[in-house]
Amino acid sequence: MIPNAFDYYSPTTVEETIGLLQKYGYEAKILAGGQSLLPMMKLRVAMPSVLVDINHIDDLHGWREENGYLRIGALTRHVDLENEQHLKESYPLLSKTAEWIADVPVRNRGTICGSLVHADPSSDWGAAMIALHADVEVIGPSGIRRVFIDDFFVDTFTASLEMDEIASAVLIPSPIGRVGARYMKLERKAGDFAIVGVALHVIKANDGTVLDSGIGLCACGDVPVRAKKAEEWLIGRPLDKETIKQASLLAQEDANPATDLRGSAEYKRDLVRVFVKRGLEEIADELR
Amino acid sequence: MQISVTVNGRVYESDVEPRTLLIYYIREHLRLTGAHVGCDTTSCGACTVLLNGKAVKSCTVLAVQANGQEIMTVEGLERDGELHPLQKAFWEEHGLQCGYCTPGMIMTACELLERNPFPTEEEVRKGISGNVCRCTGYVNIIKAIQSAGHMIAQQDKEPKNQSEVVPSGN
Repeated sequence: MIPNAFDYYSPTTVEETIGLLQKYGYEAKILAGGQSLLPMMKLRVAMPSVLVDINHIDDLHGWREENGYLRIGALTRHVDLENEQHLKESYPLLSKTAEWIADVPVRNRGTICGSLVHADPSSDWGAAMIALHADVEVIGPSGIRRVFIDDFFVDTFTASLEMDEIASAVLIPSPIGRVGARYMKLERKAGDFAIVGVALHVIKANDGTVLDSGIGLCACGDVPVRAKKAEEWLIGRPLDKETIKQASLLAQEDANPATDLRGSAEYKRDLVRVFVKRGLEEIADELR
Repeated sequence: MQISVTVNGRVYESDVEPRTLLIYYIREHLRLTGAHVGCDTTSCGACTVLLNGKAVKSCTVLAVQANGQEIMTVEGLERDGELHPLQKAFWEEHGLQCGYCTPGMIMTACELLERNPFPTEEEVRKGISGNVCRCTGYVNIIKAIQSAGHMIAQQDKEPKNQSEVVPSGN
């Protein structure tokens, strides 16, 4: 399968990229890891006449901690977040999620912001970034703005980006306290999209109660979903059996999965309950 | 578009259409037909090659993205007519039947062993989960990859032992 013909640009600065987007508008697509875009182009689901390859923009590579946030550059590849020892302690959800994305060769290419901008409701990163209360940094002609992850996902395959804007980084609040995380995913076969995925992130206070919690659900709605009721229920409570059970029931209330080839809505909603319960139990054991 | 790509240590200068996929560039422009086109949808891994040492599915990378980069295909593994340990191990352990997935399987394994020279069975299974084999049931492939890890370690030891034997003047 061969994509449609297009003009190829490989700018080395963000400014140049935005200039190209202003010039070509919706005709242009940004190419980062290409692990979603290129398959779509081969299937002619996407047929951009201009491709702007951002891989040569140095500013978009790498991650660093600054001003109370972990700033992950747009071109950080899944494999980097999977294997980075330094991040595993404070941001365990990153590696725990990354290892579930597709397979090694895809993780070697795919990028975190590429995944977020693609705005697939069954994106593993989408659920994880919701659990981590992340912001997306967006650069456009008028400068930089920050978009809270819940507002970033507008609809299926639609992110909150103007025609001439690019996502330049994702910002994750640096946790204060003990952190536990799990990414729970059921798939039909290795490397597949999730039947259901649940991202869990818990920060525990010194007194043993939950200081902050994040629960993101993948494949449970038109966009990655926040299990808000369950998150709020956990805060200030100890992670005991009763609290966890109630959280798992509340998480189901925010899930709105669809019946499809991967399973019935009823089955998927029950999976949410099972995963929230199992994941929180594991975190409770780990942080005991 | 004019590109310059190093494939298996040799520099190729080519003029390609931007939409040319890396796998078709390798197979049809360079006539290196080791890497295969299987599913052509990023699923099967038959087209896996190393891009700057990292396994990638070359049906999902543009040839122009390899401009200035280094590619290694299965053809680049043997040295002076001697098969690479992975190639030997796939032979010895019978890690293939039809052979279609083998070049991709070997390139993925090549990166895996680079990262983790002695992977457990589970680590191998996870490592090759993006490479589909429809003949073997994976058992012999896993054996071959683990055995190659040991062969490579043995090889690395040998030259060291020799240099230890070289007298240092006394």
